Amino acid sequence: MEKILEVNDLHVSFDTFAGEVKAVRGVNFHLNKGETLAIVGESGSGKSVTSKAVMGLIPNPPGRIKQGEIKFGDRDLAQLPEKEMQKIRGSEISMIFQDPMTSLNPTMTIGKQIMEGLIKHQNMSNSEAKERAIELLKLVGIPNAEGRVTEYPHQFSGGMRQRVVIAIALACNPRVLIADEPTTALDVTIQAQILELLNDLQEKMGTSIIFITHDLGVVANIADRVAVMYAGKIVETGTVDEIFYNPQHPYTWGLLGSMPSLDSTDEELIAIPGSPPDLLDPPKGDAFAPRNPYAMQIDTEMEPPLFKVSDTHYAATWLLHEKAPKVEPPAAIKKRMQGMAPDEPIIGAKDGGKHV
Amino acid sequence: MSNQEKLLEIKNLKQHFKVGKGTVKAVDGLTFDIYKGETFGLVGESGCGKSTTGRTIIRLYNATDGEVIFNGEDVHGKKSAKELKKFNRKMQMIFQDPYASLNPRMTVSDIIAEGIDIHGLASSKQARMDKVHELLETVGLNKEHANRYPHEFSGGQRQRIGIARALAVDPEFIIADEPISALDVSIQAQVVNLMKKLQREKGLTYLFIAHDLSMVKYISDRIGVMYRGEIVELAESEELYRNPLHPYTQSLLSAIPLPDPEYERSRRRKIYDPEKHLTENGEKRVLREVTEGHWIACTEEEFNQLKVTV
Repeated sequence: MEKILEVNDLHVSFDTFAGEVKAVRGVNFHLNKGETLAIVGESGSGKSVTSKAVMGLIPNPPGRIKQGEIKFGDRDLAQLPEKEMQKIRGSEISMIFQDPMTSLNPTMTIGKQIMEGLIKHQNMSNSEAKERAIELLKLVGIPNAEGRVTEYPHQFSGGMRQRVVIAIALACNPRVLIADEPTTALDVTIQAQILELLNDLQEKMGTSIIFITHDLGVVANIADRVAVMYAGKIVETGTVDEIFYNPQHPYTWGLLGSMPSLDSTDEELIAIPGSPPDLLDPPKGDAFAPRNPYAMQIDTEMEPPLFKVSDTHYAATWLLHEKAPKVEPPAAIKKRMQGMAPDEPIIGAKDGGKHV
Repeated sequence: MSNQEKLLEIKNLKQHFKVGKGTVKAVDGLTFDIYKGETFGLVGESGCGKSTTGRTIIRLYNATDGEVIFNGEDVHGKKSAKELKKFNRKMQMIFQDPYASLNPRMTVSDIIAEGIDIHGLASSKQARMDKVHELLETVGLNKEHANRYPHEFSGGQRQRIGIARALAVDPEFIIADEPISALDVSIQAQVVNLMKKLQREKGLTYLFIAHDLSMVKYISDRIGVMYRGEIVELAESEELYRNPLHPYTQSLLSAIPLPDPEYERSRRRKIYDPEKHLTENGEKRVLREVTEGHWIACTEEEFNQLKVTV
């Protein structure tokens, strides 16, 4: 498969009065053409910073890309001057932000906001751009597009605003779309609509999507591959099936276990104890060790490398080392591993099978 | 369930707000009971009036119409300051945003002890401090945290402080308004487990308001689904998920993405269109009990049909 974007050993730091916050500490991943890669993690895990680094949106100062490369075609985005970056941003790589209430300009009509990129990047005339804007609004499912193109953001509901943001992002047919928690601020029914829209648009336009979220339900819905981030690193990566049905990293176990499934009974949720580490002073060894019930001596001394599980599945935990003791994952995770078999009866499955 | 003691009875509760020339009927005729020791979940999308319901029950707003009867007494009736104070002790609230709901200029011990001071529950400074320490430990923080300020804590820890504050006056009933929405997944589980533990130990009754249905299902005994200021379906949580009857509940349930890729590939979303769900002669749907404990808003005719099919 063709790799459209490749991030190698990316380090991003922020200089604060308290010292250097190492937000991203050596991240490697790639994005294939036409696929959706989900980056999952808690707040502060560095998922948004990673995506902003790709977009060249790390404010400098205080932020800086310390080392690493972001290969997009034959260019390295980490080294590109701002002038060059401006040509790529919004045309070849574009972004959907979390909060549609704040990412739109309240004083501009939405038509103007969509046209901005078209005029800038594709040298369209005003009337061409307006026509294209209406087309885009129709594409993202806004009824009465001709009439609404001259309206202001406050005249739209939250879900409709997010559609407008998506229309802006898609205006120049980008090759890569970065969606940073695009549905977190929305209701479930609206979220479902937006996810359907993104799936649909990807099919039509073949865009590659990096989807950042902390909601594993959304990941299961939209992703082809998943990267789980913790404390500025990717701790596990694999196809969506590998991550959900054969997770290897205790942090992934914790994430999956802390969500109740709709047919779970009264079993206690597996909460991950404690809270994420302070990245001003990242712990020695495995950053997850203090919260990890399976931690071993070595976890406090040396960082685990990425162990290979399959060609597409890697996890950074010493548990996968050949000398590590075999541990039993929590019951809820074992149930997953034994297969939430697709052919099980749909109604009334009690054993963590499928849901009504 | 029905033979249990009712702690709270809500009868035809209405809360209308005047906005410009019109009125917004945020809550429009709610009737339900909450039993002692249970968790009642209230779900619905934003703007359906679930938070307003919570705030009206605890009398942050004065109800436009209807009654809230707590332990046999009307909450919204005329009350002297003394009676009101007594009532305030029985009912407490946990808020959604742990960043906005704690005063940044007060130490944690002052935040937690505010209720203790107001109600005079501590005889001496030492007793007050002991109580604060005990509460901090109950919610999984330690004594050393008492003299710090809210900004020194993470979101999950702040929500624990909010819970400790609610517990400080030994309430019977706690309204939790989206207590975990602002928290990370792994931290959500910590807070939910804590709330469940406290309920077991102290026999608390919760009204749990949220839009995250899987969490609501997990924590609640019974669930009410709200839509446009009204309850459209009310049932025990298992029953509601196994056998949703109202088309709005069905659409809501079918919209939740679950952490299971196989399921997600086959999930079909049902769409609820209120325009198509109008009654022919304009008959208003009212809550009727279809099977024991399972209520649904329906017309007379629909009710008779449901009775046959269910």
